[in-house]
Amino acid sequence: MTDPLNVCLERNKEYDRPGSPCSVGWTRPKRVVLADKSNPLPLDCGESLQPVTVEYETYGQLNRARDNAVFILHALSGDAHAAGWDAEWERDHRPWRKDRPGWWDEMIGPGKAFDTSRYFVVCANLLGSCYGTTGPWETNPRTGKPYGLEFPVVTVEDWVRLNTRLQDYLGIEKLLAVAGGSLGGQQALAWAINCPDRIHSAVIMAASARIGAQGLAFNAVGREAILKDPCFHGGQYYRGSPPLCGLELARMLGHITYLSQNSMEGKFGRRFQNGTEPGYRLNKEVSVESYLEHQGRSFGQRFDANSYLYLTRAMDYYDASVPGDGDLASACSRIRAGLLLISFSSDWLYPPGDTRAVARAVLANNRPVSYVNIPSDYGHDAFLLETNKTTPLVESFLRKV
Amino acid sequence: MIERHNRWDHRLIYKLVEPGSSVLDLGCGSGELLARLVNEKNVCGQAVEADPEKAAEAICSGVAVYQKDMDRGLPEFKNGAFDYVILEKTLQVLFRPMVVMEEMLRIGKCCIVTFPNFNYRGVVNRLLETGRMPVTASLPFQWFETPNIHLFTLRDFLDWVERHGVEIIDGYAWSGDSYRPIDFTADSREAEELLFVLQR
Repeated sequence: MTDPLNVCLERNKEYDRPGSPCSVGWTRPKRVVLADKSNPLPLDCGESLQPVTVEYETYGQLNRARDNAVFILHALSGDAHAAGWDAEWERDHRPWRKDRPGWWDEMIGPGKAFDTSRYFVVCANLLGSCYGTTGPWETNPRTGKPYGLEFPVVTVEDWVRLNTRLQDYLGIEKLLAVAGGSLGGQQALAWAINCPDRIHSAVIMAASARIGAQGLAFNAVGREAILKDPCFHGGQYYRGSPPLCGLELARMLGHITYLSQNSMEGKFGRRFQNGTEPGYRLNKEVSVESYLEHQGRSFGQRFDANSYLYLTRAMDYYDASVPGDGDLASACSRIRAGLLLISFSSDWLYPPGDTRAVARAVLANNRPVSYVNIPSDYGHDAFLLETNKTTPLVESFLRKV
Repeated sequence: MIERHNRWDHRLIYKLVEPGSSVLDLGCGSGELLARLVNEKNVCGQAVEADPEKAAEAICSGVAVYQKDMDRGLPEFKNGAFDYVILEKTLQVLFRPMVVMEEMLRIGKCCIVTFPNFNYRGVVNRLLETGRMPVTASLPFQWFETPNIHLFTLRDFLDWVERHGVEIIDGYAWSGDSYRPIDFTADSREAEELLFVLQR
């Protein structure tokens, strides 16, 4: 959920350049219309939506048997650009992609966890997001204006429904795996429960059956910040200046939840921004302050406030136990896929115990499951950062599918 | 330190487990045994391992591993969920060994337990002769670094079995270079390690 760029920069991470044998190289976004007048997309809220365009990227080759496809599912702030270097960043006005590869580049590529010399890897932007897939920023065909808040409320299950349309479009009967962290992990779980026949396995990191009250509370404050921004104008801000202040605040708050006590202590401590002496001023005095401000500002440049409202709401609503009438074990009785669940010890947004609860629910159905709680100080962000630890797990898990 | 010597119990468990059965391996370590059972005997396997690094290693060996501290019980597993539950040289390192034994007997139609016998003459002799905690092939640790917090003997185990209505289906003793069906009298001192097949 964090902007992987910034986290990586702070670690002085060296990227695999486009020419590197470990990189998928230059990538180009693809777009496809997956719902139109004759075939609108039914949504959980009761409405149906059309047209729906989906932006996606693919890496590696689909084999002849069409059985080596892996869907990567992105989190709140992610996009379809999961790996490699966007050759079209300039055309698509996405300057933030210029100096960095896709958000899970450390995991996707030749010889990496999602080995693109073996697997056909697909990543699609979420419905309601703002990176090429239909969302509140797009023109509502009924009004000729951007949807804004007229965009229907979408759910994680709606994303699965739309993604299976992409799966059909690509001619893939059954995916080798779906994989994601955070909100992407929740979609992977939804996929396992709602479409058991469409996947062989699911890799779920830093996610759970549902977000807890604490997570709901953080999301609520983030949305409030946006809604109360004087520039919000009921969501119809596309012709003027967007509610940047609210969006940035939401992101700053979000970032606190993606880190941990130890990682913040280690990264910033109580350091002052300039030197060791207090400047006796109120503005940007300590390092953590300017870090958050920087995170907020760069996010404001690349994200849509309405999308933030819709995606966090989908996160709030998701509850894997619903198909089991509130009983997670009974919901998990539908699962046929092999599951690899990974939590991180210092994650307090999706605490390890909540991930474990999913494993327990699967075991209660006499189905095998792998679950490991990886010791890490990186908090929720660990699913993006602890790739050295997760790579061997994912790699061997996928080989056994 | 003497290296952990043999895997006689591995070999024997491998022989005892019926092809195509379901197996829960508690404290699977690196997952070697279960991986072989899954790959070669078509077993449907699940492992439990407390240590995250070992659990990760076992996942890498290709088995399904649920990382958990067993001392808190295993309520996620249903009664009779597995044909076999295996506890290989783990009983003596558990904080609450009998909680885990009870859970095994509940979950498994059949349980296989192996453990070192503290009354083995090689152990007792060393203790008496040197006056120091024995370091042997089966107990290869110095007192200050041993994970074995509940050392016990064959008779201790048989007492527990008798008192808790557990049925011994089969028993084997390892005496330094080979294993054979158990002799309940002689093996009190002759068996270095023991393997029992139990059920309730």
